[in-house]
Amino acid sequence: MHLHRYEKIWLTVGLLTLIVFIIVLGINAFAMGAQPPSDAQVIDPTKVSQTPPFDQPGLKQLGNNNYAADMTAFVFGYAPNRIEIPVRSTVTFNVTSKDVVHGFEIPGTDVNMMIVPGLVNSATHTFTKPGDYLILCNEYCGAGHQLMAAHLVVK
Amino acid sequence: MNEAAMDPREARPSSFAFERSDRVLILAHLGVAYLALFIGAAAGLLQGLQRTGFIKLPTPLGYYQLLTAHGVALALIFTTLFIVGFLFSGTAKTLDGRLYPVDRVWAWIGFVMMVAGTVIGLITILTNDATVLYTFYAPMKATPWFYIAMALVVVGSWLSGAAIFTAYARWRRRHRGQVSPLFAYMSVATMILWIIATLGVAIEIIFQLIPWSLGWVSHIDVGLSRALFWYFGHPLVYFWLLPAYIYWYVNIPQVIKGKLFSDSLPRLTFILFILYSIPVGFHHQLNEPGIGAGWKFLQVVLTMTVVVPSLMTAFAMFATFEMAGRAQGATGRFGWIRKLPWKDVRFFAPFLGMVMFIPGGAGGIVNASYQMNQIVHNTLWVTGHFHMTLSSSVVLTFFGISYWLVPALTNRKLTWKANNIGILQSWLWFVGMLLMTVPMHIVGLLGEPRRTAFTTYNDSPAVQAWLPYWPVMGIASIFLFLSTLLFLGTVIYLWWFAPRLETAAEYPIGEARDTSHKTPMILERWPLWISITAALVLIAYAVPIVDMIQNPAPGSPPIRSW
Repeated sequence: MHLHRYEKIWLTVGLLTLIVFIIVLGINAFAMGAQPPSDAQVIDPTKVSQTPPFDQPGLKQLGNNNYAADMTAFVFGYAPNRIEIPVRSTVTFNVTSKDVVHGFEIPGTDVNMMIVPGLVNSATHTFTKPGDYLILCNEYCGAGHQLMAAHLVVK
Repeated sequence: MNEAAMDPREARPSSFAFERSDRVLILAHLGVAYLALFIGAAAGLLQGLQRTGFIKLPTPLGYYQLLTAHGVALALIFTTLFIVGFLFSGTAKTLDGRLYPVDRVWAWIGFVMMVAGTVIGLITILTNDATVLYTFYAPMKATPWFYIAMALVVVGSWLSGAAIFTAYARWRRRHRGQVSPLFAYMSVATMILWIIATLGVAIEIIFQLIPWSLGWVSHIDVGLSRALFWYFGHPLVYFWLLPAYIYWYVNIPQVIKGKLFSDSLPRLTFILFILYSIPVGFHHQLNEPGIGAGWKFLQVVLTMTVVVPSLMTAFAMFATFEMAGRAQGATGRFGWIRKLPWKDVRFFAPFLGMVMFIPGGAGGIVNASYQMNQIVHNTLWVTGHFHMTLSSSVVLTFFGISYWLVPALTNRKLTWKANNIGILQSWLWFVGMLLMTVPMHIVGLLGEPRRTAFTTYNDSPAVQAWLPYWPVMGIASIFLFLSTLLFLGTVIYLWWFAPRLETAAEYPIGEARDTSHKTPMILERWPLWISITAALVLIAYAVPIVDMIQNPAPGSPPIRSW
């Protein structure tokens, strides 16, 4: 197959750029630990209210400025629906669904994950700025999807 | 100079005319596609105005019902029917100038199934029994009729593929050792990609969703259903794109009075699209639990490989344009640009689509990149992305095709008046899409979720940053609806009212420039390419899917949450 000389140059530059780009993604992922939420823990979606820790959803202090937020997502809200933490806290959100697929997104942060029934998903974030953060559902879940939100207050 | 002398269509009379049976078949597909376009565009206008606060619907639910209709009618029905009709036309034209009765039998059975699926599907959406959006994620459960309708559309489209395969196989038998015509080759490639891709969603619908929605099984494995859906969901976008590429590669060179840049490189790009568009569905599921991060990363790498055929296409397009211009006497570095037929809607509409593909494609790389996706996943950024690529690049190309294909099938003339309305309509679409998709990208970065009815989350501070963009997006949806009406009006004119032609209409098919380099026959060895595709699919999917089946997460009962 015949390739024009200019096309060879064009494709070589393109391919090299692509390789560099993929290497950057790889270093980010494997050397710096920037992996997307990929939790593998399973849970019976019909028994979430009886399964610890989701039988008592809420904020748990793990250490100095270190918290776990065990939350449930359901039509059309989250439990708990309001969380308060001091500024510069690191929070790990462990979230599961009691019914359909939901989303879990905090605009202004990189917390953004799918909440699939039958599985727990988790994401960790350090909140360095005080404010009222909105937690919203970004996956269509039914007639009241646009109302599904919670608040995270960083003081 | 009078108008007739300026018209490139007059300068090159062609003796080609479709047989009556082929015309009826192709027009039937296009007709249903245009009806779906009208329904989808009307739903798009209403939901666009609702979510940006211009109008209130009787219930907020109406928004999701309209959104389901918008997605199903446009992404699934309009695209599939139009593509099948267009591929039939070019296959008939380039193989034997006609389809044969056996091809048409497959085609008509497929058509009846797809139309039946469309009608049943739209009724279930209308009665509010299938407000599950066009991705129908379990465990939201629609009526079984909705899933049966979707299965009819998918299986029907396989028979459309069978029609193209029988036509192609007959030609190959009768022309042993010869390279097949490029249009037919690319149609076969597109249909092979489509059938391999739709296997995933067919398994999901037939073995998971239908038995579960009928109550034959009580629970569904949600994670597996999502993996099967997205195995299909990504190559679906290439099924939309490849027919547009066929037009760019094969038909446009003739429209601009040029030649094909190469006969073999387009074939190679299509093979690469088959190989690298399928084993990549996890990049739609990067933020999901239950899929190992290593598998996600592997599929991200395979996804990015698709940049190679995209760069080859970009090069081929501009090379074709420049050579066409120079062959017509253009001088200087950029003189060829002025030789392009800017006043010919058959070129101009898809050209606007190509322009939009540059930012659209770049945004796609952001979506698929492992970490950046974290910011934009399920935000309006994604909606903006596929309205730049599918709804601008592909749909503008389909507009450009319609303006000559419909009159070619009805043996009427694409008049200069209709041509100029087409140019105005394309501009309106292009500007409307820019006004809609650029703000969508911006508010997406600011966190506004997609697929969400009007809401201010009780006047949450995060929402304040989105508000200035809403009026722009709302007005853009009016632009787009007006453009759709203008398009459909022109199609009606070209179908029934435009002046009849004395001779047959032109069906532009470009010729290869360089015939000294022979096209390698290995490109036509489909079993080889299908085997490599299967191997790549196994590498990317076998372990995680077997793991999902062997260690399933607890299943979910059906839920109706609307």
